[in-house]
Amino acid sequence: MSPDLSASGIAAGVGAGRLSAAEVLETRLARIRELDPRIRAFLKVHEDSARCRARALDERRAAGGRLGRLAGVPIALKDNIHARGWETTCGSKILQGFRAPFDSEVVERLMREDAVLVGKTNLDEFAMGSSTENSAFFPTANPWDLDRVPGGSSGGSAAAVASGMVPAALGSDTGGSVRQPAGFCGVVGVKPTYGLVSRRGLVAFASSLDQIGPLTATVEDAALMLSVAGGHDPKDSTSSPRPLPDYAGSLSGGVRGLRIGLPREYFTGGAHPETEKLVREGVASLERLGASVVEVSLPHTKHAISAYYVIAPCEASSNLARFDGVRYGVRARGGLSLEEDYAVARGSGFGPEVKRRVMLGTYALSAGYYDAYYGRAQKARALIRRDFEDVFGKVDVLATPTSPATAFRFNEKAEPMAMYLADIFTITANLAGIPGISVPCGLTQGLPVGLQFLADSFREDLLFRSAAALERERPFPVFPFAEGAGQGPRHEPA
Amino acid sequence: MGISIDIVRKVARLARLTLTADEAALYQSQLGTVLDHMADLSSVDAAGLAGTLAAPVPADVLREDSPEPFEAREELLANAPEREGSYFKVRKVL
Repeated sequence: MSPDLSASGIAAGVGAGRLSAAEVLETRLARIRELDPRIRAFLKVHEDSARCRARALDERRAAGGRLGRLAGVPIALKDNIHARGWETTCGSKILQGFRAPFDSEVVERLMREDAVLVGKTNLDEFAMGSSTENSAFFPTANPWDLDRVPGGSSGGSAAAVASGMVPAALGSDTGGSVRQPAGFCGVVGVKPTYGLVSRRGLVAFASSLDQIGPLTATVEDAALMLSVAGGHDPKDSTSSPRPLPDYAGSLSGGVRGLRIGLPREYFTGGAHPETEKLVREGVASLERLGASVVEVSLPHTKHAISAYYVIAPCEASSNLARFDGVRYGVRARGGLSLEEDYAVARGSGFGPEVKRRVMLGTYALSAGYYDAYYGRAQKARALIRRDFEDVFGKVDVLATPTSPATAFRFNEKAEPMAMYLADIFTITANLAGIPGISVPCGLTQGLPVGLQFLADSFREDLLFRSAAALERERPFPVFPFAEGAGQGPRHEPA
Repeated sequence: MGISIDIVRKVARLARLTLTADEAALYQSQLGTVLDHMADLSSVDAAGLAGTLAAPVPADVLREDSPEPFEAREELLANAPEREGSYFKVRKVL
């Protein structure tokens, strides 16, 4: 069996008894054994539990049972999403030894549809970063070029899908952490509308921005994953009660009559010329299919980076206050007081980027600075949201580059501000709460370029319609390491 | 703009983070750069924005406060670095 089989293909095959879940799993596990020593997408592969699960599904099918919509599909989870009994590390030393005492809502939903969870993927510590270099354990390599980063913070999930180790994975997106690595690795990544997917069991980073989303090899698989993962959860107060539309049905909708906006502020020299060219070519191909394309303006985009890097660290400084070494993690001893014990545990347990953001957030929320930073950032956020409300009165979707350039080299962005600026095209969707998707739109110098579509809240159907049309028109690049692709990595790791 | 090393120390205390001298100096420089970038927020013109600062999802999502037993009590407690029976053990604070 080819490892390039999609999640939808596997689910149909296993559901109909044409494929065995156990065989599907073994193919993927063999691929993980072959490739992951070089790519290092996984923090932990749970082979035994996955095998047990796959065997049980095959037995249920053989006994005449009907299987769910993800029958036998091997899926990887970003390691900030809880699966009961498995460690959740968040890519941090501070959670050493922590085992999740419950399943996240998304895991419950995947399991109800008979998925097979294979393991936990690498990430920037507590999802803070854009390269997966901030993992406390090791960096993950980009399957297209092992000297480059896979993006982040869901870099492990993106690399696992791009190298065919799994057909689908979940990540989390606070400022682009699903879409940017999807773009860098040439896969599809969705950041759903705020409230569409439950976050119960996702370790909180910035609660007004975080969303869980799928990473897959095809648009159809992204729609399938979201249709399973999304939906109301009474145990997440930010979860929307709105019923999910039929995403699969929107795939064949086509783009005739669709109004596509190109936001001027995303095409003014911020992106690499080659990236911009491929994005424009992708949009032009949809125009030839009958979409109309107009230039639009989102005038407050200029405040997005500042607003985001105030709001996200403020929320993080509050959310991460719970890591004190009392109920889980590493206990510090020997300080003069309980407070000193906390400070020692946190000072040694958190990595540099997490400490930087906790400091930044604490500073911005402290007496005397609150209005200048947090207050103003919230106003900028409201203006950014209003920009989108205005523009979605005129167009159905927006098309932009996912990132200003292709995957960068390890250590290339050592200065925090340089790394933060890499998020410029993705953070606005989180600030506004709207959904976005990154789809591959070509290769430049052997590296994938992502095209991002944005739509109004709860209009993921328009994202899938646009992305599926682009996929048909400009077939996605063949993955590195694919059978018959004739191309391995361009470089061996240093 | 830049921030002083005293401010860095004070913020670290508020955030319950012990920092080495090298870390404090590094964060002083890096946070200064980031805060300089954020100077653009002072030009945000928010006139006429009152009332549009609503959260992205409606806040009227209260449900019945009906208690349910948590089945994995032992798994939860097993994560504690130190415990005594079914209690998390902490230092004496009084």
